[in-house]
Amino acid sequence: MKCDLCNKQAVVHEVTIKQGTSKEVHLCAEHAAEVGFQLPTETPMAKILGAVAATVEAGPSRERTARCAACGLTFAGFRKAGALGCPACYDAFMPMLGEVIERSQAGATAHTGVRPRGSDDAQRQQAIRGALMRDLEAAITAEQYERAATIRDQLTALDRSGG
Amino acid sequence: MSLPFTAAMAQVGPDADVVITSRVRIARNLSGFPFTNRASAAVRQEVLRVARMAVDRANAPETVGDPGALQWMDMLRVPVRDRLLLAERHLVSRAFADGDAPRALALSRDERSSVMVNEEDHLRIQSLAPGSAVADAFATAFEIESALGAHATYSFHPRWGFLTACPTNVGCGIRLSAMLHLPGLKSTGEIERVKRAAEELHLAVRGYYGEGSDSIGDFYQVSNQLTLGASEERLKAEFMGTILPRIIGYEREARAVALAKTRSAVEDRVFRARAILEGARLLSADEATKLLGRVRFGVACELLRIPLSTLHRLLLQVQPAHLSMIDPRAAEGDEAEREVRATTVRDGLAQASVT
Repeated sequence: MKCDLCNKQAVVHEVTIKQGTSKEVHLCAEHAAEVGFQLPTETPMAKILGAVAATVEAGPSRERTARCAACGLTFAGFRKAGALGCPACYDAFMPMLGEVIERSQAGATAHTGVRPRGSDDAQRQQAIRGALMRDLEAAITAEQYERAATIRDQLTALDRSGG
Repeated sequence: MSLPFTAAMAQVGPDADVVITSRVRIARNLSGFPFTNRASAAVRQEVLRVARMAVDRANAPETVGDPGALQWMDMLRVPVRDRLLLAERHLVSRAFADGDAPRALALSRDERSSVMVNEEDHLRIQSLAPGSAVADAFATAFEIESALGAHATYSFHPRWGFLTACPTNVGCGIRLSAMLHLPGLKSTGEIERVKRAAEELHLAVRGYYGEGSDSIGDFYQVSNQLTLGASEERLKAEFMGTILPRIIGYEREARAVALAKTRSAVEDRVFRARAILEGARLLSADEATKLLGRVRFGVACELLRIPLSTLHRLLLQVQPAHLSMIDPRAAEGDEAEREVRATTVRDGLAQASVT
């Protein structure tokens, strides 16, 4: 499908249904960025941070428009297939995917098991800890104390694993 | 390729009265590639190449001749019957046995361990152990995981851990499971309660042939569902330290109750099952499995003296691909298959009573 504003391939598709009429928007990456859609960016670091920042403002429209830039899978496509397309999907589909994972994992919010050698890049670790701390704050603000306790446990576990 | 019957499959391990086998499966994906479901044929070939290199290097050279060394098999060149044989031995999944996309299996000589390449995840490493020896299966599976990981980079996310195609496996990517025989809980009617309790503990309870299948012969597969938020060691410790002992304990109590309260009914079921197996001239796979399950119950309750290893071997041999390996006539049609099955079971039981 082509972009509404130029001839490039559209990567963002949004359907709004209002008072019985539906309005469709299809945009390429550039025009989508202009209008203000958050697209996953190239560096993994930016993706992780972007995903966390999006947690708060993301609404139902993102569920419809989210698309993995790396493999092209949409969040709706993931819902249908039950499987993700590539590792980058994990960042592209935040925060909705995070909720899916937490629900299927009895509220767990982070990996606390073994880590492959060389994966413990200090900066990434810092980013993860930051993300978890923000989640913790949000959980406390929302009076989700059980979730807050889980997140606190995972932070402690990360500290213990020396990450 | 030949797949002779290996003793490993019929081995009897700890807690054999209740636990037939334990299995540990680890899901891993290679960094830099889309997951299998979105990989082109070219990408799948590249995954095979990288995985094969890792397997060759992990095998080399001091481990050659080691029973744990992995033998590479291009699944597209494996005849259909042998693929089914592998599935019946739980060395590959049914979906993996059936498909026609590029994929391979690295199989240890002792047939305890296997690595499926290009399954739902790029690598599905699994190890089996007899009885409740979860720790053995766990150790072997992780030995392979780290040997391959030394020569290939796994897809890993600092927050979510090892990434998997299905987000419900993310984190440790580890599935611990046990094939259980629960005729006691079935006969006292407590099985449903145990199943519900297991589900509350985030365990999956499945039938004899895995996902979506019914329980035949009172065999059940129990496995963990949680893979995130706890370390591999803790998942193992919970499974083998708490979950398995608890289910084993319930089953043993239920057996004692069944024997104390309804002894003649239990005996009747067990001896009738043996009589049918010893006399039948035609047997379907489901009937054979069901009756072998009853006979196994009789052995566990010391009503019958048949080696459990004989029953474990027969439970495998009554499945279609195994039967056609014993006698090719089994592949000729339904009645021929049922006839070969009945003969195989009669001969197996007769030999067991001689020795």
